[in-house]
Amino acid sequence: MARSTGKDAHALFHALRSAYAATPTNLKIIDLYVGFSVFTALTQVAYMAIVGSFPFNSFLSGVLSCIGTAILAVCLRIQVNKENKEFKDLAPERAFADFVLCNLVLHLVIMNFLG
Amino acid sequence: MGRGNLGGGFALLILVVSSIYQAAAIFHPISDSHRSAALDLFTPVHHGSFSSSLEEAYEALRTFEILGIIENKPDVGAATCHTVSETFRSTSSTSKDLYHASKVNSILKCDVDSKVFEGVVSRLQAAVSDAGSLLDFYYSIGSLVLIKDRTSKEDLHLVDAEGVFHSIKALSQSDGRWRYSSNNPESSTSAAGFALEALAGVVSLASSEIDQSMIGTTKSDILKLFDSIEKYDDGAFYFDEKVVDASDHQGPLSTTSSVVRGVMAFAAVASGSLNLPGDKILGLAKFFLGIGIPGDAKDFFNQVNSLACLESNRVSVPLILSLPATVLSLTKKTPLEVRVNTVLGSNAPPLSVNLVRASNSGSKGASIIENQELKFDPENAVYILDVLPKGVDVGKYVFVFEVVLHDSELKKVYVTGGQTQVPIFVTGVIKIDNAEVAVLDSDLGNIEIQKKLDLAGENAVSLSANHLEKLRLSFQLTTPLGHAFKPHQAILKLIHETKVEHIFMVGSSGKQFEIVLDFLGLIEKFFYFSGKYDMQLIVGDAVMENSFLQALGNVELDLPEPPEKAPRPPLPVDPYSRYGPKAEISHIFRSPEKRPAKELSLAFLGLTFLPFIGFLVGLLRLGANLKNFPTSAVPATFAILFQLGIAAVLLLYALFWLKLDLFTTLRTLGFLGAFLMFVGHRTLSHLAATSAKLKSA
Repeated sequence: MARSTGKDAHALFHALRSAYAATPTNLKIIDLYVGFSVFTALTQVAYMAIVGSFPFNSFLSGVLSCIGTAILAVCLRIQVNKENKEFKDLAPERAFADFVLCNLVLHLVIMNFLG
Repeated sequence: MGRGNLGGGFALLILVVSSIYQAAAIFHPISDSHRSAALDLFTPVHHGSFSSSLEEAYEALRTFEILGIIENKPDVGAATCHTVSETFRSTSSTSKDLYHASKVNSILKCDVDSKVFEGVVSRLQAAVSDAGSLLDFYYSIGSLVLIKDRTSKEDLHLVDAEGVFHSIKALSQSDGRWRYSSNNPESSTSAAGFALEALAGVVSLASSEIDQSMIGTTKSDILKLFDSIEKYDDGAFYFDEKVVDASDHQGPLSTTSSVVRGVMAFAAVASGSLNLPGDKILGLAKFFLGIGIPGDAKDFFNQVNSLACLESNRVSVPLILSLPATVLSLTKKTPLEVRVNTVLGSNAPPLSVNLVRASNSGSKGASIIENQELKFDPENAVYILDVLPKGVDVGKYVFVFEVVLHDSELKKVYVTGGQTQVPIFVTGVIKIDNAEVAVLDSDLGNIEIQKKLDLAGENAVSLSANHLEKLRLSFQLTTPLGHAFKPHQAILKLIHETKVEHIFMVGSSGKQFEIVLDFLGLIEKFFYFSGKYDMQLIVGDAVMENSFLQALGNVELDLPEPPEKAPRPPLPVDPYSRYGPKAEISHIFRSPEKRPAKELSLAFLGLTFLPFIGFLVGLLRLGANLKNFPTSAVPATFAILFQLGIAAVLLLYALFWLKLDLFTTLRTLGFLGAFLMFVGHRTLSHLAATSAKLKSA
């Protein structure tokens, strides 16, 4: 029934929220960064949908830079997360250095493709 | 025996081939047209003097002297003589100035004080002893020779004639050329001319006779110089410089004149003969005469002066065979006239001219005439062949003449050039008869209408035909001697009322000329235009005296109706617009893409920044802080440098997008990247160490 599903959804949402509150701050920062870049990508897609894809390379470079940096941030999050057994031996600073380096390379390529 | 015959036959073949290969050409000696051109070319600039340069004054005066028109210019004497005296008196005159002044003096015979001459002579003697380059020798020795002639001072001698001879000879090269000075390694043919003239001057100024062996070596130098002579196809010989120095390039005319002057001057003073081949001297004369009338004063002087040197020289005097007219008319019975003169137009010694053979240019080989001697007319000094032999018909011929001197002793003095080939045109009236035009029935060839034409007079036939019939035009062409004749042009033109023209060539077989126009095949060519067509016949040739363009009359053509897609005749093109500017071409560019409105783009730019602002707000809300930022000095510096490094890279990317190119960016990125790696490594390892310490602690 609608009311029970509504209540269930509410309860689910609440549970998720409280679970999320437990995550460390640095991971939350990374999540926020991912959200920001995805939103930027969506804005660009919406713009392209309105005005057409004329300088297609510019559109692609814009969108792919946002998506790319989001992906790199996700990788960073995986590597930095202490609960992740796989990356126990990897220092978070090392992961951050990788993140910075890959971002710089990504943005060089993006700038070249921007035209 | 057989081999000897073969060798002889081969040599004969080569001789025949080479004589055929020499192109037929005519050279004319100096004539009155030269004299009038000289008067126009060498006009005095100020009244009384030829420009301020003595060199140009000398060139003008010498040219007039040679051409025999110096009496026409009495007024130039005074002012030029004044310049000459000034030059002699002035102590700053160079030997070149003195040379030109003495040259002018020898023609104008100015009144100069003998004391002035003595001063000049002593200066020149000093100049000869001090001379360093070839031209120094040339000018000073030349001036001394001229002054000696002018003042008739028999005791004027060069101080050390043999020594001067040696010094000039030292500059000679093994190939007969000379160098201008001992510093300059390049040899020049013109320099050889100057050197030979200077050496001739030394010989004439020597007090005792110069050693004969030195004169002998100079003669062999001249022979070596003549080995480098060059040739044109028409038999002209000339000298040219081997190395073309762009700034100083003289050209074959001035080089050849310099050599001719020098060689003839030396031949005049050297005892014994020079043994130069006569045909080369004749070739040099042909070179100068082949120029015609030069338009430049210096070229004119060079030509006329060199011809004067060749006119009476001690080596061999060239005799030029020329024809006043090379077109003979059979109707007017023009006689064949030949002149033999020296290069300046004077009379030749007694000789006879033979017409060795005359052959038609078209048919190779068969000679019409064999060995006719031409009669001499002493009044006009021409050799005439009154009556052309019977076999000469209209056409283009090559006549071969031979000049034979009466006195065989004079063969050493004059050179006649063996056999001379001359192209001759013989024109005449071509007979046209049996001209008729007919309209034929297409299938069987039956004559429907036939009209006779008189192509010598007016014609106005009127024919009519339809597209199933043919038009036939026929006539006969015969030369005065009754042979078949093929003219350059035999054309039938049909002109429609609308001025559209159609041109057809009339074919021939032997004497008969005929053209058949089959209208069935020509309908499309005539654009289906029916109506009246005017007929014109054009027959012409260079040797035909009665070439004509005759209107024959008209033919009324009845052609079928044009179909839908009939071809139209080309519109008459205005000749002025055909070569005028064409229409402007408007280029069609790809239309640019539609761009969105500026406001929309700016709005979305703002929208793009919103998530970033959201990110910053979120950061604040999460309580992100810089607590982990190292506080102690060294790590802090590295940390700051790390942040700055990243900012620098991002700035580099922004610049890359704005104006830099990839290679500069990559180069800078390399440096920045290395720096960033180092700094980042230090910072992050410091942070790692700190957090490890915290964990363990």
